[in-house]
Amino acid sequence: MTDRRRAVLRSAGSKTLSALIVLYLAATVAFLLVRISGDPLAMLLPPDATQEQSDEMAATLGLDQPLIVQYLDYLGGLVRLDLGDSIFYGEPVSSVIADRLPATALLAVTAMAIALLIAVPAGIFSAMHRGKAGDKGIITVILIGQSTPAFWVGILLVLIFAVQLQVLPAAGYGSVQNLVLPAVTLAVYSVAVIARLLRSSLIDVLSSDYMRTATAKGYGPTRAVLSHGLRNASLPVITVVGLETGSLLGGAILTEQVFGWPGLGRLTVEAISNRDLPLVQGTILLFAAIFVVINLVVDLSYSALDPRVRLEK
Amino acid sequence: MATVSITTTADGDSTTTTRRTGHSAWRALRRNRWGMAALSFLGLVVIAALLAPMLAPHDPQTQDLLGRLAPPFWDADGSAAHLLGTDHLGRDVLSRLIYGSRVSLLVGVCAALLAGVLGATVGLVAGYYGGWADRILMRLADVQLAFPSILLALAVVAFLGNGLWIVIIVLGITGWVAYARVVRSEVLSLKTREFVTEARAIGVGDRTIITRHLLRNVTAPIATIGTLQVASVIVAESALSFLGLGVPASVPTWGSMLADGQLYLGTSWWIAVFPGLALMLTSLSINITGDAIRDATDPKAYRG
Repeated sequence: MTDRRRAVLRSAGSKTLSALIVLYLAATVAFLLVRISGDPLAMLLPPDATQEQSDEMAATLGLDQPLIVQYLDYLGGLVRLDLGDSIFYGEPVSSVIADRLPATALLAVTAMAIALLIAVPAGIFSAMHRGKAGDKGIITVILIGQSTPAFWVGILLVLIFAVQLQVLPAAGYGSVQNLVLPAVTLAVYSVAVIARLLRSSLIDVLSSDYMRTATAKGYGPTRAVLSHGLRNASLPVITVVGLETGSLLGGAILTEQVFGWPGLGRLTVEAISNRDLPLVQGTILLFAAIFVVINLVVDLSYSALDPRVRLEK
Repeated sequence: MATVSITTTADGDSTTTTRRTGHSAWRALRRNRWGMAALSFLGLVVIAALLAPMLAPHDPQTQDLLGRLAPPFWDADGSAAHLLGTDHLGRDVLSRLIYGSRVSLLVGVCAALLAGVLGATVGLVAGYYGGWADRILMRLADVQLAFPSILLALAVVAFLGNGLWIVIIVLGITGWVAYARVVRSEVLSLKTREFVTEARAIGVGDRTIITRHLLRNVTAPIATIGTLQVASVIVAESALSFLGLGVPASVPTWGSMLADGQLYLGTSWWIAVFPGLALMLTSLSINITGDAIRDATDPKAYRG
């Protein structure tokens, strides 16, 4: 048993280490991306700026230092969670981001909850009625959902529920009514991905020996699926949901734009159009960090959900 | 279901495999009503893109400030001069829709090809050589996946400028991971097979093995991913244009039409709805086609 625990710990350790490496590389990419994209001063200063103004700006931003010094400064700052100051807001990047984070978190979590509430029953139903009319209908809806970009879903929902029916607001922030349309918009793609995967994963599981055993023991099909099938079928789904975090965050950028939602996505788009380099760097890095952390959690929770994975390296 | 398993095909058959792959994908599409509808719609979009100057009733950029916000022809206030109405500057929606298909298709196909070349190369090298090359390349794939691709594209386009080719290159570069992972795993299993080990035993060079023997056997998954990727690139391009950071505003695109239309949803729904429908139907049709190619070439993936 101790050997086993040591193996579990070692594998958790190596997973954490490789997540840290990815995070470090992502930080480097964010740094380089902002530096190689042309001369930041040229974009920040008015075209008639004097040499002195330009030098002064370079000094305040640390751009007069050699690249390697800038890089080490940047990494040193990251360790202290110091992302520099936003040029546009004149405040630390971390506090600008902290202001906007709750709105995006609320949107993403609500969307994910809606997605799971719809996708899980749909996926189970579809798998259990494979090939029948209901399954075919669900597959068609899934395919449409997967093909429809978030901003078009958002515009369509605004047109129907805000313009025509006038039951929900088209934009705004602060109340539950404001949350409905953006959350549904963001949920559509996830519903499609999760339902599709759960369906195919359950179809695999349904033909396995332990499911036949469960049926032989006298379990009805619904009870067998809920007590044995779902847990096994959920593993690949959880992995993909982790990997789809990137799409979810990308969708959040567009959704926030459609609904004027004051979250990280709009902050990023604003920062990009304002050429606010430290802020762009900070938000890009944060998106990458969220992705890496979620996938690390998924990786680690794997062993909790599936004993077979525990001893593998 | 006449499926062809690429993993049981010896090297000598690889050309026929490719041909049969295309053939059975075509058959799978033809048997399927949705497949035929999808192909027909794509055909229309391709024709619209190729013949835009001949098909478009008006110049897509000509403004007519007196004829602003005219509704589609079936509306009482609409007219046959502007079948799908005009936008907030009086430009003809149908003409812009037709010209918009050019950007979508050009960006979609070119970026997916670029991503395919990059990704397949990485996958072949990583899978065949293994070791350090493999570890470094796959770690790079992890890093790439950590960034939402729309975010990377936004940042690069914002800083480098928004030319058509910049958009194509950026979307191409952000799309390589899917190809690389799939090609790598196929190569890992292919390289232990007899036709590869024998080729190596008789002294065939690595480069020849990769280009002649391995590449040919991974064309089916590359074709599937490539098709699906055209759809996601088209959506990504329109997202960039929607945010005002795609191709220059002087070129009509579905994304920028949607952005314009969003401001006039309350009064003039047609400005946003037609490009939105075009975008959705194009993406849907490509996805249906991609699924048919996969079902026809990969028996494991078939879940119908």
